[in-house]
Amino acid sequence: MLQTTRSRSREAPVEGPHTRRQCEILDETGFKLFARVAAAGIYALLVSVGAALFQPRPKRMRGEEEGAPGPRVRETTVQLSREELLKAYRQMRTIRDFEDTVHEEFAAGNIPGFVHLYAGEEASGVGFCLHLNDQDRIASTHRGHGHCIAKGCDSKAMMKEIFGRKDGLCGGKGGSMHIADLSKGMLGANGIVGGGPPLICGAALSSKTLKTGGVAIAFVGDGGSNQGTTLESMNLAKAWNLPAIFVFEDNGYAESTASGWSVSGDLVERGKAYGIPSRRVDGHDFFEVWDAAREAIERARNGEGPSVIHVKLARYYGHFEGDAMTYRAPGEIDRLKAEKDCLNMFRQRVTEAGLLEGDQLDAIDEEVKSLIEQALAEAKAAPPPTEADLLTDVYASY
Amino acid sequence: MSGAIRPIVMPKWGLAMQEGMVARWLVEEGAEIKAGDEILDIETSKIANVYESPVAGPLRRRVVGEGETVAVGALLGVVADSSVPDPELDGFIASFQEEFAAHAAEAGVAAPQPETIDAGGKRIRYLAIGEGDGVPLVFIHGFGGDLNNWQFNQEALAGGRATYAIDLPGHGGSTKDLGAGHVHVGALASAVVEFMDAKEIAKAHLVGHSLGGAVTLDLALNHADRVASATAICSAGLGPDINMDYIDGFMHAKRRKQLEPVLQMLVADPQMVSRDMIEDVLKFKRLDGVETALNRFIEDCFTGGRQALDLTARLAELAVPVQVIWGSKDRIIPARHAEGMPAAIPVHLLDAGHMVHMEKAAEVNELIMRQIAS
Amino acid sequence: MSRKSYRQAINEALRQEMERDPRVILMGEDVAGGLGAPGEDDAWGGPLGVTKGLMPIFGRDRVLDTPITESAFIGAAAGAAATGLRPVAELMFVDFFGVCFDQIYNQAAKFRYMFGGKAVTPLVIRTMYGAGFRAASQHSQCLYPVFTHIPGLKVALPSSPYEAKGLLIQSIRDDDPVIFFEHKAMYDEEEEVPDDPYAIPFGEANLTREGDDVTIVAFGRMVGLCNQVADKLEKEGISCTVVDPRTTSPLDTDTILECIEETGRLVVVDEAHPRCSMATDIAALAAQNVFKALKGPVQMVTAPHAPVPFSPELEDLYIPSPAKIESAVRKTMAN
Repeated sequence: MLQTTRSRSREAPVEGPHTRRQCEILDETGFKLFARVAAAGIYALLVSVGAALFQPRPKRMRGEEEGAPGPRVRETTVQLSREELLKAYRQMRTIRDFEDTVHEEFAAGNIPGFVHLYAGEEASGVGFCLHLNDQDRIASTHRGHGHCIAKGCDSKAMMKEIFGRKDGLCGGKGGSMHIADLSKGMLGANGIVGGGPPLICGAALSSKTLKTGGVAIAFVGDGGSNQGTTLESMNLAKAWNLPAIFVFEDNGYAESTASGWSVSGDLVERGKAYGIPSRRVDGHDFFEVWDAAREAIERARNGEGPSVIHVKLARYYGHFEGDAMTYRAPGEIDRLKAEKDCLNMFRQRVTEAGLLEGDQLDAIDEEVKSLIEQALAEAKAAPPPTEADLLTDVYASY
Repeated sequence: MSGAIRPIVMPKWGLAMQEGMVARWLVEEGAEIKAGDEILDIETSKIANVYESPVAGPLRRRVVGEGETVAVGALLGVVADSSVPDPELDGFIASFQEEFAAHAAEAGVAAPQPETIDAGGKRIRYLAIGEGDGVPLVFIHGFGGDLNNWQFNQEALAGGRATYAIDLPGHGGSTKDLGAGHVHVGALASAVVEFMDAKEIAKAHLVGHSLGGAVTLDLALNHADRVASATAICSAGLGPDINMDYIDGFMHAKRRKQLEPVLQMLVADPQMVSRDMIEDVLKFKRLDGVETALNRFIEDCFTGGRQALDLTARLAELAVPVQVIWGSKDRIIPARHAEGMPAAIPVHLLDAGHMVHMEKAAEVNELIMRQIAS
Repeated sequence: MSRKSYRQAINEALRQEMERDPRVILMGEDVAGGLGAPGEDDAWGGPLGVTKGLMPIFGRDRVLDTPITESAFIGAAAGAAATGLRPVAELMFVDFFGVCFDQIYNQAAKFRYMFGGKAVTPLVIRTMYGAGFRAASQHSQCLYPVFTHIPGLKVALPSSPYEAKGLLIQSIRDDDPVIFFEHKAMYDEEEEVPDDPYAIPFGEANLTREGDDVTIVAFGRMVGLCNQVADKLEKEGISCTVVDPRTTSPLDTDTILECIEETGRLVVVDEAHPRCSMATDIAALAAQNVFKALKGPVQMVTAPHAPVPFSPELEDLYIPSPAKIESAVRKTMAN
């Protein structure tokens, strides 16, 4: 039984200094029913979640007072196994703790170079990557730690990499902005805005040519959505009918400039202008992201070409660590943490629906805390690369 | 053209030769020359060699001076009886050069080009020169060589008969895929038989050099019905010795400087080895599959640094005419391998190195002609 | 072995490698041509016909025409190379690198290093360079010094049809990103080229001739001009060594320095602009390593520090000519 309700509201642009905003909420429901049996065969995993009453407020100008047009009902039904739910939570929690830890360490002056943190955006990376295997590839932005962890990269090796250690994920040669693991299909964080989309067209071309069934996902920021490379890549992906997915993680700010100002038009309409199926989701809601991801990935695997997903979310930290974030409204981040935290929302949803117990999630919290503490300790103790490492791996052979 | 006037023209040595330089005249104007006398040092980009006169008589004119470069086929000198007056010589020279200039473009087109054929599933490249009723001649080069090794011999021996210079598998333009199984002399001999089958050559005079010499002897022993006669030049298969410094040097040299002294081991006069000759070997070694193929040759034919095949004990069995030619200064396979041949096998020792058929081409050609004729 | 043009040699290299390895694909603007159009398929084979005939053999799944979007398809080639294919992308004119350089020098060139040795990026970018076509300033530049400068890239400059086939085959078999520079004015030049495939190793300079008096180091099309000059000077008793480095990255410094030491005189002939070029690179190499062997100053023959002009008379003045090369050699002979 398939039920779809969709309501859309458009707000008149709200004035404010240097900004204009077009608000839109897209409610989307869809559900499937399928039976799953856990590996151990112990748990029968056929769960149908009833209408979860979630009353989103219309997105409004950042810093604007609460007070909304009437509540909306949205139904989201998802089918995830218990294992998948636990994994999703664990991954999101790992990202959160990892990023919070890096934030503290950076503030203490312990981390070299630039870091750009993903805290607050976890539901997006995990919502997509939960569907993927090592044959699938992703390319990230400069804000790559979250995608890296979501794609299954080793967080201890990642921590060492951020500290520039020899046993880091990239031998200490890449650092935060170029963190990568090709063996896991993670084509790297990228120091160049818009650097990922063309690479993802290439990865998708590889999958298509070699018939691996793999898909390729480009995570792009609202800033990167305007880059020529991104637009050319969307065109190419459609022209070549590639299994490529463009995910615009719109956290509202391209560095310090509001995306409302810099993104001309609408990112979903942009995708559609290329003839690409496009959709917008609430990036704080893991299940909504997961659902849109499933649809797009299925489309790609079926040889039906690219998709565009505009994910609206928020970052808790600055563009880079050290960013005073004066461009954000007072109380903005506190409010986001109180009302829109994806981990809290996930916990609330799964416990209310009886899918998981709070204790289980607490246990994961503890395990992850311990893992990240260990990762930090090991990273701090790990040796740096030597002078000989300076010249290695410039080429395969020279 | 007066019958008493005989032109000497720039010869064509090898397929690629377009022109040659007269490095030195070895005879004066007015000298009486016999056919086969060395009269000129000629240099091309590929090789420097001595040119033996194809005609006999007084050398009336040296038309081209030392240091001059002319095209293949251009007039170098004129031989004529003393009875022929000078004005007639001048007239001959003028009209010859006029005609030559007019037909210069055609000269290159007429030259024979190598072809390939599928022989027993293997691609074999060969150069065919000559036609006629005479029993055909098949030339077989040695390790690391190709059909161009016979550039001073093939044309001279192509009167009245078809001649074929082949590239052995792994060499020249022939297949580099040696298949499974041993790559020993017997396998090479089979490849030659397959070539002869493909070209419908029932029987041929065989001329083989070095490893190709061993192949020739093997064919003479095991396929006597296909062999009219055999000439084995500086041949393998007659003793254990093989200069592995040469073989290893040949294999390992990657740059010109490394290869030059190695190739110089092949000849008595190191000046014979030109830049282009070295370049051709380097280009050959770069071809896909060559290194692998040559290593298999070394493994199977020169196992453990010694020749794997010794046919001396079987020489008495030979039922076809065989002759052996050797260069006394051969540094690759020692000339003493030619000692102790059965009486029925004439041995000709010439003052040259391993490439005696190039270094003393006219003499070697003469010896082959004699054998074919008898 | 048969007589082939520079164009045919390159086409043959591509065809033979695509036959050998199904992971080798071609992509670029109009590398086949006619896509989606009502007329002929394989209409172009590239702007100068170099890739003609390949799409009919290998199909449009392996010979991909692209929209005119260099940053997307050069980046796609980089991404495809890092994920299992061996793409040969065509950057039609090297002058266009401005719109896709990030993909080349920040992405492809650096994957292996940045990712701690775990990336393999067997990308080849074929590109046309050089003046002489009256194509003016945006279609005539050399620019190989810019790519040579970037660690992680390799750069090949074939000086003849034989070199072109062997270096392109090596480029395709190489596991690093290679920029393969084809001089647009050389496509019709012919010479004997083996029919079999062969690879010429990178980092091994070729001496097209050896002499005792002067060492001339030349790049790409300039090698042929230097050979002409050397022929002429030979008759006067001046013997030259002409060095064709074949690849500017890696560079065969050993051979170059050896040759300079032997003759004591150096002329470098480089069609690129004079600042920060191969000419200055080689001159500095000599000064640092074999200074004592030099009998006099190094002579550099280069294009001027100016964009390439359109007018034929001006363009002919722009390109290093045999006369200028000869003059430079004679200058060194004064020492």
